[in-house]
Amino acid sequence: MNIIYSREDKLLMIELTEEIDQHTADKVRRKIDDEIERFIPRKVVFDFSNISFMDSSGIGMVLGRYKLIKMLGGELELINVHKTTKKIFDMSGVSRIIKIAEQEEKYKIKQQKENIHNQILNNLDKEEKSEGII
Amino acid sequence: MKGLYDNEMILKFVSKPCNESFARITIAAFISQLDPTVDELSDIKTAVSEAVTNSIIHGYDSEDGIVEIKAKIISNTIEIEILDNGKGIENVEVAMKPLYTSKPNQERSGMGFTIMQSFMDEIRVESSLGFGTRIVMRKKINIKQESKAIC
Ligand SMILES: Nc1ncnc2c1ncn2[C@@H]1O[C@H](COP(=O)(O)OP(=O)(O)O)[C@@H](O)[C@H]1O
Ligand SMILES: [Mg+2]
Repeated sequence: MNIIYSREDKLLMIELTEEIDQHTADKVRRKIDDEIERFIPRKVVFDFSNISFMDSSGIGMVLGRYKLIKMLGGELELINVHKTTKKIFDMSGVSRIIKIAEQEEKYKIKQQKENIHNQILNNLDKEEKSEGII
Repeated sequence: MKGLYDNEMILKFVSKPCNESFARITIAAFISQLDPTVDELSDIKTAVSEAVTNSIIHGYDSEDGIVEIKAKIISNTIEIEILDNGKGIENVEVAMKPLYTSKPNQERSGMGFTIMQSFMDEIRVESSLGFGTRIVMRKKINIKQESKAIC
């Protein structure tokens, strides 16, 4: 799991890196909750580009985080979701509740990510604290 | 000696959650001889993961037990059987309904059976309280013209 946080935009980007099943979901959900509670972001983005496998454990994992984010006043978006994973989100109704970015938005998000990264590097120059990047 | 099926394998493992990935990867390797597409392979891996996870978290309630998988290749069809000797399902019809889960507080979604049903061509569930559960799933793989003969 890789994390980028932009303090300016209150945007938390979480790049998931492991196949999602019951076993890995149990581990990752706690880590993600810690980050959400730490930053209280206005927007959270889960990047699925490395997730070539997810079973129904991912539904609960995503919905659980969605509830927490919403309770804290933020919103959640999923990007770069692979075909089979998208099927699972569609079947379970997750797609109706949570925004899943279309393929064409991929590039936009990538740029957004690069912008955030540059921003953080700038911030780091200015500030002594480095909690912006983990 | 010629067997009943074109090919067959049996796998037994302890009901530890870390074996979920071991199970689906092993099945994926076994059926690769049918040369499935990425989508077909992905569907089968997901269905196997659902059934195995159910045996581990529901059947054995996270206690130690043995999960058994039998996979058969019959012409261009793959048949996968997943067995546990866990607590069994009281009402299979109810359990198979979309969104039904007996563990909502553990972030289970109740979509496991629905996914198995839609990702495979056929599914049969046999269960008896106190004795365990047996799932049999089948899926036909579209054989490509120049596909090499199996074993
Ligand atoms: N192998 C099993 N042994 C005992 N109960 C099972 C088994 N498989 C499924 N079940 C029951 O069927 C229900 C529905 O299963 P499923 O559709 O996979 O949803 P979920 O796993 O999210 O609860 C489970 O909540 C459980 O009560
Ligand atoms: Mg299940």
